[in-house]
Amino acid sequence: MTRDSTLRSGLRSPRLLWVPAVVGLALIVLPVAGLLLRVDFARLPALLTSPASLDALELSLVTAAISTLLCVLLGVPLAVVLARVRRGARVLRAIVVLPLVMPPVVGGLALLYLLGRNGFAGYLLDVVAGVRVPFTTAAVVLAQTFVAMPFLVISLDGAIRAGGDQYERVAATLGASPWVVFTRVTLPLLLPALGSGVVLSFARALGEFGATITFAGSLQAVTRTLPLEVYARAEADVDSAVALSLLLIVVAIVVIMASGRRMTDGVRP
Amino acid sequence: MTLHAVVRAVRGQFELSVELSAEPGHVVAVLGHNGAGKSTLLDCLAGLLHSPETSVRLDGRELSLLPPYRRRVGVLRQRPLLFPHLNVRDNVAFGPRAAGARRRQARELADRWLAAVDAAELADRRPAQLSGGQAQRVALARALATDPELLLLDEPLAALDVDAAPAMRGLLRDVLRTNTGRVTVLVTHDPLDALALADTAVVLANGRVVEHGPTQRVLSAPRTPFAARLAGLNLVAGEAVEGGLRTADGALLHGLHAADTEQNSPAVAVFAPSAVSVYPRDGRVPGSPRNTADAVVAALEPHGPVIRLRTQAAAGWAGGLAADLTPAAVADLALEPGTPVTVVVKATAVDVHPAWPSGLARGPELPERSGQAYS
Amino acid sequence: MRTVALALAAALLAACSPAEATRTVTVFAAASLTETFEQLAKKFEAQHDGVDVRLSFGGSSRLAEQIVEGAPAEVFAAADEKAMAKVTAARLADGKPRVFARNRLTIAVPPGNPMGLKGLADLRKDDLTVVMCAAEVPCGRAARALTTAAQVQLEPASEEPDVKSVLGKVATGEADAGLVYVTDVRAADDKVDGVPIAGADAAANSYPIVMLREAAENKLARQFVQFVLSDEGQRVLRDAGFDAP
Repeated sequence: MTRDSTLRSGLRSPRLLWVPAVVGLALIVLPVAGLLLRVDFARLPALLTSPASLDALELSLVTAAISTLLCVLLGVPLAVVLARVRRGARVLRAIVVLPLVMPPVVGGLALLYLLGRNGFAGYLLDVVAGVRVPFTTAAVVLAQTFVAMPFLVISLDGAIRAGGDQYERVAATLGASPWVVFTRVTLPLLLPALGSGVVLSFARALGEFGATITFAGSLQAVTRTLPLEVYARAEADVDSAVALSLLLIVVAIVVIMASGRRMTDGVRP
Repeated sequence: MTLHAVVRAVRGQFELSVELSAEPGHVVAVLGHNGAGKSTLLDCLAGLLHSPETSVRLDGRELSLLPPYRRRVGVLRQRPLLFPHLNVRDNVAFGPRAAGARRRQARELADRWLAAVDAAELADRRPAQLSGGQAQRVALARALATDPELLLLDEPLAALDVDAAPAMRGLLRDVLRTNTGRVTVLVTHDPLDALALADTAVVLANGRVVEHGPTQRVLSAPRTPFAARLAGLNLVAGEAVEGGLRTADGALLHGLHAADTEQNSPAVAVFAPSAVSVYPRDGRVPGSPRNTADAVVAALEPHGPVIRLRTQAAAGWAGGLAADLTPAAVADLALEPGTPVTVVVKATAVDVHPAWPSGLARGPELPERSGQAYS
Repeated sequence: MRTVALALAAALLAACSPAEATRTVTVFAAASLTETFEQLAKKFEAQHDGVDVRLSFGGSSRLAEQIVEGAPAEVFAAADEKAMAKVTAARLADGKPRVFARNRLTIAVPPGNPMGLKGLADLRKDDLTVVMCAAEVPCGRAARALTTAAQVQLEPASEEPDVKSVLGKVATGEADAGLVYVTDVRAADDKVDGVPIAGADAAANSYPIVMLREAAENKLARQFVQFVLSDEGQRVLRDAGFDAP
């Protein structure tokens, strides 16, 4: 490291904050450390490369990626429209964050009552198109999208409202149609917020359990994602559950690191 | 282009009702205090605000039903608001691109406009790397690159520091002078901006026009107390000469030239009424002030805590002046209408500004009006 | 403020006093025992004045894991011997586990059996959504033992983490059939019907119960285990559909 500056910020956080800050950090670090201590490293390679583990990992990565893509395709327009809505915005915002405060199992039940065999949409789909959603990989994706989308919308909504519409107004006077304003101004300015929103939704989709098991069930290579596999293994073989948990943690860390820059970037200047 | 606009809008207690006209190529200054409705007026012209009773006609083309991006207006605001995710060149190329130009074509045009505002060397920088004055120049280039038919300037100098403002004012003068017939509306609270840049001025108060006419007349001989308070300055028209300004009848007023004042071109000397000292005609004037002239008291009227004295119209620079005196001084000097006096102004209190229009001198080479539709 | 502190202190003392400690007994029991053990606990409390039986239900293997990790259980009733083995292997049992009931699998179907299923072989019909327990839990192990013995290869739509979620999938109508215990169908009243499986007896699993070392000082724990094995306890189990050990 070169000594490029002799200046340091004169601001300090109050010392009093350090105690709860350290306790808070410990609350996150210590359980994870405890998990690491339980890992049976001798059996680890065998546990992680078992067909069930690999199926679960692949399924988790694929479904979480598709869910995140869906979150972006649906969530970005939702956030942009939401931020510009004048009437009923508060009610709409409360509805959008509903999956966030709803217990995931309840979310799974709600999806079941819509798209299940006896749900009205599910019944129609079954009768008209012969499509049944529950117990399919599509159900996993739907459950994950349901619980993860609020994270994306909230990230973007906050950024849009904090940024205001001053650049959009400038762009309009420069002759840009609403669509050009959206693609060349709004979207690029939202990229940092979109980055953190994508990471949050991907992480939420990856860890999703309750809605998935309720709506999609649990079957190897079809609907049994990593968290479901961990839960199933914990019944019989805790070592193997711990090994899989480690895998989940590693995937999560890789995702956060890969997108770390985006998350720490500022939103608008 | 001829502009004729009728803007009516209501927002809560505030009601805006303004009629605005401008000849082709002219610059209209809209003067007023904060909250007078200047920015609302501008947003209505730009189409960023809608009001059903508003009509904006430009050469007979009705704009009020068009969305902002179809109006062919250019807007330059107090803050440059350059797109932070684009470099300077792409900021300027944004408008042409939005109009359908190819990337290379748009960038070439952007480079020409950047050269025109003397910012060619900034083309590859990010907006965050620019000073306030540089950013405002780039913003001007960006607004002009769309070849607007109506240019709207909203306090374009207000946020600049004292060093950058004169340079930007000079640039605006050059750009507006090489006008191709487009109408410009300049919103400002600073009479000097109006003086330097506008053909006509409109004074706005509480959402209504209280005065309008040629800029110098509105500012130097305000007919309403409001315009007088807003302007409140002594203006002496003439030609800029070494060390000051020479009036049409040959009198010399010593003063300091502003940064953008050119020798031997039309200019206005500006000084505050409080900078004018009044002495008895035959009394001794202390020291050796550069600017001394005889005058006759025309009127005395209370003006807040002071008494404002006006001199009778006369040749030279001392005719029709305003001077602020304390009530005690008025009593001591036994002043009343008709009293002959000697007025004195320190040369350092007189600023000599270029006046608009400032003759036939050509500005810098600006890109040709493109006019053609992009394919 | 002071009264609150005094009350807290009194409560702490009460909780610590040995006389009070013996007034409760904590029982960990398999999820399939839920309704039965709730009934047994009520009867036990009626017979022992002021006694509180604290029940915790869950997948047997998960409960065993919790006990090994130090959960304060005093009695453990598992749904099969494999789960119990985890506890005995950790030397946490006080004495040998005793089998107190057996449970057979049956096919849970929506009320009225709309698909007209008659046995295990019918579960291979096309277009039939079948759910069963995952292989890691006792009901899954029993189901696999059964299907292997009957040489019926099932293709379930889902392998649920416990028997109650299998029942739930059938009860909500998402699944056409699920492999659950006889006792589950009986406990679910009219939400599902049961279709008996031939030879289910052979693959029935045994429910062992044991007192844990944790409860060495607690007479109530021993009394509760004895109560479950008593004639009265066995009657309750029989009524719920369990077979005799």
